[in-house]
Amino acid sequence: MIPASQPSQRPPDAKLLIIDKYGRLTHMPRTSFDNFLRPGDLVVANDATALPASLQGVHSDTGCPVEVRLAGRRSLDEMRDFTAIIFGAGDFHSRTEDRPSPPRLKPGDRLTLGPLSATIERLLDHARLVYLRLDGPADAIWAGLARHGRPIQYAYVPVPLEIWDGWSPLAGRPVAFEPPSAGFALDWRTLEGIRSRGAAFATLTHTAGISSTGDLELDRKLPFDEPYRISKSTGSAVARTRAHGGRIIAIGTTVVRALEHAASQDGRVHAGDGLATQLIGPGSQLRIVNAILTGVHEAGTSHHQLLQAFADEETLRRAQKELDAMGYRTHEYGDSVLIERKACEGAELMLPTVVSNQDGFLADSVTAPR
Amino acid sequence: MQDKSIVVPDATTEEARAAHPGGALRVAITGGTSGLGLALVREFLARGANVALVARGAERVDRVVQEHPGAHGIVADVSAKDDIYPIAVQIAGELGGLDVLINNASDLGPAPLALLGDTDCLDFERAFATNVLGPFRLTKALLGALTASARENGAAVVLNISSDAAINAYPGWGAYGTSKAALLHLTRIWNEELASEGVRFVSVDPGDMDTPMHALAVPDGNPAALKRPETAAREVADAITATIARCIPTGATEGDRR
Repeated sequence: MIPASQPSQRPPDAKLLIIDKYGRLTHMPRTSFDNFLRPGDLVVANDATALPASLQGVHSDTGCPVEVRLAGRRSLDEMRDFTAIIFGAGDFHSRTEDRPSPPRLKPGDRLTLGPLSATIERLLDHARLVYLRLDGPADAIWAGLARHGRPIQYAYVPVPLEIWDGWSPLAGRPVAFEPPSAGFALDWRTLEGIRSRGAAFATLTHTAGISSTGDLELDRKLPFDEPYRISKSTGSAVARTRAHGGRIIAIGTTVVRALEHAASQDGRVHAGDGLATQLIGPGSQLRIVNAILTGVHEAGTSHHQLLQAFADEETLRRAQKELDAMGYRTHEYGDSVLIERKACEGAELMLPTVVSNQDGFLADSVTAPR
Repeated sequence: MQDKSIVVPDATTEEARAAHPGGALRVAITGGTSGLGLALVREFLARGANVALVARGAERVDRVVQEHPGAHGIVADVSAKDDIYPIAVQIAGELGGLDVLINNASDLGPAPLALLGDTDCLDFERAFATNVLGPFRLTKALLGALTASARENGAAVVLNISSDAAINAYPGWGAYGTSKAALLHLTRIWNEELASEGVRFVSVDPGDMDTPMHALAVPDGNPAALKRPETAAREVADAITATIARCIPTGATEGDRR
């Protein structure tokens, strides 16, 4: 697979690999995503976008340059206190793995970050991970982030990202730390396509966290706890869809985490605020989400682990070979996969054939009556 | 699923919002430090809305915020492309989303007014940058927040301030009139395209008001004969609350009158 190095959200040639509930694989242009939908389905996306969470600055005690990456918050409305990763000198041009450590930090240390300033409140059992407090009123913090902050980015995209590179057409509140990039696949035309299939569309707000810290030990702590909010209208849309036997299609892992967490008490998605803390992986029983549209990511990440709740290891391995063979592009500006939750254990069909004829694919779902 | 902890969803925010329909409206107003814009800031604050205002002058923004506690001030230029996303980050961030966007900031073009043949191209471009491109870019950047509001509450509104010069060909008003005509048509097409998403686009001609812009255009006019911006602001706010309340299907042009 090839890392997507151009920050283009919807390249016209974007590819989509569909893994259906029997493990069958189908390739199609991503713009034909709505072929997968049936009347009565509900597509749920994350309407959060990333705040410009990378802040260049100086560690006041030592005068050493640092880069602060805001990485976590306690609630959607929290604007002062953040979990943050701190790097030494440098920026996204170096791979995070190669970034120097920050100077030795201790509680009470001051950081000057352009027009903003912050105090390290606590160290969080890793040399790079701290809890910090930004100074000043919330509006001044917003203005400072909007003017001085840069989007968090990684070395595989060589050009500096602008805010709009990660701001999808449907992006609403800038409360996440990295853009929920599965949503890059959606634009206003796609929404028309979803409706024309007789499917519905809803959103929730989830503060997608950072995907990599550059440190294996720290990466193992990902994802951090992520606050989310589900509106009453989205809660009702999920309930309605399930009552009528429709499928819930999540756009991205953040939507899976929020919906499954909100339903963890009694199997119903409760509207309101929550903190997604659960780990979703091979052993997880998904109660709400029937399928996920997501980016192409390497094995070993927490993202990849979540996909194992949808498909078994063998199917994912087979899919991986297909992605490699067909030159799918990885990372947030890359191509996409859509994975339907596997049919219940035992009743599983293993069909290793790759269906390339779009019309013949998924006869039970695509040709459902309109 | 291994739950490290379960947080009981907190419904208080939702309930508070539902209990005060319109009371907690999140409203953003461009050109909010003088004329109609400032009157709109005051009108919506008086109606209990959460208001963000955008204007170029830092001192004026600070003054309005100091005089109107609770208002969120954003210093930026809507005609500048690079300012749009910083504005959108601050609006959607500070208000926690957006229900109403009022594209009020306007540029007259050449001042004093000039015949088209005498109009400096830079003046013409500036009028379009402020009156057409700025509202297009800002609306586009905030469309996600507006449609999220519409899905949640039933309707969101973008209100673009128009003028009778958008309809009538007044000699001397070429840059302003053509840009406002473009804005009016932009409003109509947005409204057609986004009705299905629940976002209503409304164009309002507030009439001739006693504002700094009018004084610039008609220096020897009689202010006493002009409409007070407070009156126009009340009418604009009424149009918005009525649109939200009734979810009027045809959003374009609420009263094209002189």
